[in-house]
Amino acid sequence: MDAKQRLEAPPAIDRKEGMRLLARATLAELAAAWEAIADKPDVAPVRGPETGLVMVRGRIGGGGDPFNLGEATVSRATVRLSTGEVGHGQMLGTDKERARYAAVFDALFQNAAHRPAIEALHRLIAARLEAEDRQKAEETAATRVDFFTMVRGED
Amino acid sequence: MYVAVKGGEAAIANAHRLLADRRRGDRSLPAITIEQVVEQLGLAVDRVMAEASLYDRSLAALAVRQARGDMIEAIFILRAYRTTLPRFGYSEPVDTAGMLVERRVSATYKDLPGGQLLGPTFDYTHRLLDPSLIGDEPVAAPAVKEPGEQVMRVSDILDGEGLIEGDGQMPDGHVAGDLTREPMEFPMPRDLRLQALARGDEGFLLALAYSTQRGYGRTHPFVGEVRIGEVEVELDLPELGFAVSLGTIRVTECQMVNQFKGSAKQPPQFTRGYGLVFGQSERKAMSMSLVDRALRTDEFSEDIVAPAQDQEFVISHADNVQATGFVEHLKLPHYVDFQAELDLVRRMRHDSLRQSMAR
Repeated sequence: MDAKQRLEAPPAIDRKEGMRLLARATLAELAAAWEAIADKPDVAPVRGPETGLVMVRGRIGGGGDPFNLGEATVSRATVRLSTGEVGHGQMLGTDKERARYAAVFDALFQNAAHRPAIEALHRLIAARLEAEDRQKAEETAATRVDFFTMVRGED
Repeated sequence: MYVAVKGGEAAIANAHRLLADRRRGDRSLPAITIEQVVEQLGLAVDRVMAEASLYDRSLAALAVRQARGDMIEAIFILRAYRTTLPRFGYSEPVDTAGMLVERRVSATYKDLPGGQLLGPTFDYTHRLLDPSLIGDEPVAAPAVKEPGEQVMRVSDILDGEGLIEGDGQMPDGHVAGDLTREPMEFPMPRDLRLQALARGDEGFLLALAYSTQRGYGRTHPFVGEVRIGEVEVELDLPELGFAVSLGTIRVTECQMVNQFKGSAKQPPQFTRGYGLVFGQSERKAMSMSLVDRALRTDEFSEDIVAPAQDQEFVISHADNVQATGFVEHLKLPHYVDFQAELDLVRRMRHDSLRQSMAR
């Protein structure tokens, strides 16, 4: 990475990436972010929150044609704000409350006045996930085998 | 004469009350929580998810607790639960090359990009009972190290030389079948066989895989790689026009590489068997990949000489919920059937006795 790249701001989080992050948010993170929002709009349910199944697919040989691996529980919600925006929330698991929050924040993300607060929430979740993934990768790296030969030619 | 009988209502209610009591056990001990089952009996939870064909750690843990640790009962309960939920759709195929790898070993290459990552394995333990686990002694935090380069797929290494067959392709226009939607038919295409194997009984697949190693349909296998880690699940949202991530699931993948002499149609090359399983279960993923390869007899013009190569035998008997249902139903009342057979045997004996006396 050269100096110019380092100076550039991280790429803006778009709606799709925001939804990815909201799907991984904890209930505590979501509830706290909702508490912190000033002049909350009214939220009307459009669909759900409801729990159902998604058939998870894999690929034959890892990269070939798809096959159906098995199902996973998914909770989803769609809401409409009194300001007009419609938001969708969906995530693995059976926690409908988290799905409803995710839908609310997806809707708020589309509202210019609320967007900065939601972007801050996105960054908060992203930072936690990055730290968790980093920790896992470091723990795995410590179990890497360093092979050595019993007789080395160069000594 | 058919006589309908009724009864046992009070006995059944009391039996279930007794079951609840025995499940709870000694009340002076704290009850185990679902979180404890998820965290401390994680591989039992994984097996239940894989064979119930439903990924949900908390529900699988609840099933394990409800079933008093009886795995097949837990699988049955979770499989039954899934039928109560609506289907939202099919995910995008998971990308195992992009996995956040927690373990990856290869038996074919010592030095490969990403290296041999042992992860949280039972391998190289001495399998001695550990008395320190009787209590709750403190456990050291894992060691950490700077992560190395990207973990490369082993099949991509050999692929460069054309020595190995590619990832599996189905005929043009083929739509992946779904066992939960259509009845089974034989011959069964490979995509459906993989779905059936992914939820098949670990013990049954292990035994079949072992039988191929012992010579019943030998496939000359090497573990190209086994990897365990998290992959992202994405679902296309038609209302938005793009796919969104729903979160990650842990899967185990096995790429088995098999020697192949070649046939009239194909040059000698390595062929492959594939295993992909919910959760951390490399025994299951490895068994699945061995059985997947053994079942591909039609693609390589191989003779079916062993049980592991017979797809109707393997697929029809791999599902432990079906198997336990049919075996265990034998204990339910068969009073009328048995009376009929008893009567039949009496008459047959009577007839044969009369015949021998007449002679």
